[in-house]
Amino acid sequence: MSVDKETVRNIARLARIRVDEDALEPLAKELSTILTFVEQLDAVNTDGVEPQAGGRTMALQQRADEVTAGGYPEKVTGNAPKSEHNFFAVPKVVE
Amino acid sequence: MVDTTLTSLGLVEARDALDKKEISAVELTDAYITAMEKGRGLNTYITETTDLAREGAKRADENLAKGEGKPLEGLPLGIKDLYCTEGVLTTAASHILDGYKPHYESTVSANLWRDGAVMLGKLNLDEFAMGSSNETSFYGTAINPWRRNGDDTPLVAGGSSGGSSAAVAAGLCAAATGTDTGGSIRQPAALTGIVGMKPSYGRCSRWGIVAFASSLDQAGPMTRSVADAALMLRSMAGHDPMDSTSVDIEVPDYTAEVGGSVKGLRVGIPKEYRVDGMPAEVDALWQQGIDWLKDAGAEIVEISLPHTQYALPAYYIVAPAEASSNLARYDGVRYGLREDGKDLIEMYQNTRAAGFGDEVKRRVLIGTYVLSAGYYDAYYRKAQQVRTLIGQDFDTAFESVDTILAPTTPTGAFGVGEKADDPVSMYLNDVFTVPANLAGLPAISVPAGLDSQGLPLGLQLIGKHFDEATLFRAASAIESAAGFTAKPTVWWEG
Repeated sequence: MSVDKETVRNIARLARIRVDEDALEPLAKELSTILTFVEQLDAVNTDGVEPQAGGRTMALQQRADEVTAGGYPEKVTGNAPKSEHNFFAVPKVVE
Repeated sequence: MVDTTLTSLGLVEARDALDKKEISAVELTDAYITAMEKGRGLNTYITETTDLAREGAKRADENLAKGEGKPLEGLPLGIKDLYCTEGVLTTAASHILDGYKPHYESTVSANLWRDGAVMLGKLNLDEFAMGSSNETSFYGTAINPWRRNGDDTPLVAGGSSGGSSAAVAAGLCAAATGTDTGGSIRQPAALTGIVGMKPSYGRCSRWGIVAFASSLDQAGPMTRSVADAALMLRSMAGHDPMDSTSVDIEVPDYTAEVGGSVKGLRVGIPKEYRVDGMPAEVDALWQQGIDWLKDAGAEIVEISLPHTQYALPAYYIVAPAEASSNLARYDGVRYGLREDGKDLIEMYQNTRAAGFGDEVKRRVLIGTYVLSAGYYDAYYRKAQQVRTLIGQDFDTAFESVDTILAPTTPTGAFGVGEKADDPVSMYLNDVFTVPANLAGLPAISVPAGLDSQGLPLGLQLIGKHFDEATLFRAASAIESAAGFTAKPTVWWEG
């Protein structure tokens, strides 16, 4: 299947990546090439086949629900482009 | 001058020489630091950590003097810059992680330091490990030390672990870590004439390794010999409560397998790997590998892996889907780059537009698309079902064989820029490596010969879940039969 400019605009919005107007058409072409490639899978009969989600070597393990780390907010926020009083700082979101 | 008597030693040889006090860890590290300086034209290191290396080497000499040398004591390693290293710039070769210095160490690298290894620096890779040639790196392409006969065209070192493969092959570290999501250890290893091992999914902890596709990613060693890979994996592997997919089973002494007999070993040859357009010399090398194992007493069995041709398309749905989720965290808030905007959403969009390269954007967009409402079943669920079938193909094959032999790549190294314009032709590099990732199986690439242009080619062995031991045994049989001792001619020392 090929995707058009509008579809690319929409998925770019969902993915939170700014795409300039003149880049939409070339991207639509590239993505369509990839989608055509992966659509070879349509030829496989998968009726009744369970989808495999993980790495297939074992079931996920569980652990006790307890705190194992924390208490160092200055480390957690230490790489933030902007932080104040050990909080991440972002543009205003509430008027 | 690079002291090549030191930098030509493998891990096992260097460790032995350190034990016998024939060399010191400081001498060894200094030789590599000189080699790194001379080899900067290969663009293998993003960050050199020479001060840390010298301190580590000094500590190692003290431990060795006290007779307290650990398994990797004093051995200088390069670390793929996808592993978080405490207080040391960690980039994933992406602009979006500008300036990021983690406050913690990845489990695998911590295991290496626990066992005495010395860090030389952080190695180049494709951005977020997405690529097969290291050309998507924000820091430029790592260059293969190998060149075609009589031709100085720069060649790629493979990817995504291209800095690792080039550095190991050029003697700019004794060995390196890699990660393998669809072939990112084995393909660059094959293209540079070194050994690369992708362990079973769950064998090495993924904690602290920048995530690309979490159900496929696996850490592994890239080394100059099978024995070195066995030694290094033993330190890297092991259960880690910080990764819920890490398995709690014993890590055997892999070094004991090296040189072991393959008499009676059943080796499967999958007929579906004879793909159209495969160069005759790759096919011939594969046949050579079959003959070597047969001569060593192995039993060769024709097998069928019927869904092989669907592995690559399934991978290019599953991996981008997981990547689009994993990379959502790069939003300009918690680390790295921020590009301001008029509101929060615009800040996210501007940051991600400026911070991600073209290939990463393509994959995030594809992943977003295949997971979006209305397309999930047609693409993502379908790919997961095909993944089940690919796994079942291997299950069936392993009822009659112990390991599977195939080429690692369809061709030798290609020129920088030759495939950069066509994403799908680049993806085809991974046609032989991707199935093992989808099935979570261990696989190793061993250098086995040179093509007509004088470039290395590798053979790949795929094993049963958690049976890395058999792979090391079979790989060492190929290694000794092949007698691959070719080295690239040194042209890069400025």
